[in-house]
Amino acid sequence: MAAAPGRSADDSWRARTYKTAGQRLPSVERVAEQIEQTVPPGIPGAAAGTPLDGPPRKPDTAVIRDALGVGVAVGLSGFAFGVTSAGAGLSVLQSCLLSLLVFTGASQFALVGALGAGGNPLAAAAGAFFLGARNAFYGLRLSGLLGYRALMKPLAAHWIIDETSAVTLAQPDRRSARLGFTVTGLSLYVLWNLTTLAGALGAEALGDTAAWGLDAAGPAVFLALLAPMLKTTAERAVAGLAVVLMLVTLPVLPAGVPVLVSALAAPAVLLVQGARSRRTARAQEESR
Amino acid sequence: MNTWIAIGVTAVGCYLLKYAGLLVPAGVLERPLVKRLAALLPVALLAALTAQQTLSEGPHLLLDARVAGVGAAALALVLRAPFLLVVAAAVVVTAGVRALGG
Repeated sequence: MAAAPGRSADDSWRARTYKTAGQRLPSVERVAEQIEQTVPPGIPGAAAGTPLDGPPRKPDTAVIRDALGVGVAVGLSGFAFGVTSAGAGLSVLQSCLLSLLVFTGASQFALVGALGAGGNPLAAAAGAFFLGARNAFYGLRLSGLLGYRALMKPLAAHWIIDETSAVTLAQPDRRSARLGFTVTGLSLYVLWNLTTLAGALGAEALGDTAAWGLDAAGPAVFLALLAPMLKTTAERAVAGLAVVLMLVTLPVLPAGVPVLVSALAAPAVLLVQGARSRRTARAQEESR
Repeated sequence: MNTWIAIGVTAVGCYLLKYAGLLVPAGVLERPLVKRLAALLPVALLAALTAQQTLSEGPHLLLDARVAGVGAAALALVLRAPFLLVVAAAVVVTAGVRALGG
């Protein structure tokens, strides 16, 4: 999406962001980038598209509506996790504990997928851990925006995920940010855990989950998470290389390890890109 | 037991990652290279996991009904379908192809 030049384009971008966030898993990077591009630093309210001389506050009801939209839509997909987890052989208790304690979707799906394939528990956990690393970067950006005291931080930390970050980063000021974070976090946490329980129980009642096609839910979730990330050539190259590494190493390496090998696609593409940009820079230098 | 170990390690690890982001002073992770790597790492992992769970059974590569299901999910994504519909498309098409003996 190109940087919006005018006010009206700005507003349609906002509407679209929230719509996207509510219906599909939101692209936090996109939201944050857009804010960086369109908001002059240090002007509260600008991110909400309010006139600079007008009231900088965004109505609480609007924040709550956006937050609930995301929280409810994504919270319901805990059902897919519960079903996938049970299908991978985890008990209802184990599935529910994962949603209660891990509470970051991609990592949870990755873990149960690796365990279901018979992977080593530490290799399985490592894959989930690397996927959860992006939450540290969200926390970094949210820290200043939310401004929580030291005592609140350990509690707030548990809710720092893709969706809460997308909603919070899109808010114009601290009050809206805290409200958006809390409402998204609470609605998503409650729903995600309830639907995990329902999915795990439902899968047990169904018996053979593969006969119902439920083993395709996991990869579909990964694809849905991946799709909005594939914006530039570098990202597509990383995805392509990761798939090749996975398919080549899968038959020969122990379960759980191929995913970690595939992760090397990211630094590999960065290295090639770095070498290329250095070469270009040198060529430009010499042509002068 | 193995499952419990994996759950424990993942829960602690993922929580510490979230908490670390709130604690670490800004600037430590703000280097361009670190940010680029952090953005590309999930791309690699998600692509690999999609391929693994679509195309393999244990340590073997296997083409079965899931390929059709995930293909349907990809089509739904291209058509900008909502998240739940994308997952539902994969499940329904996979079940359908299996029922037809695929």
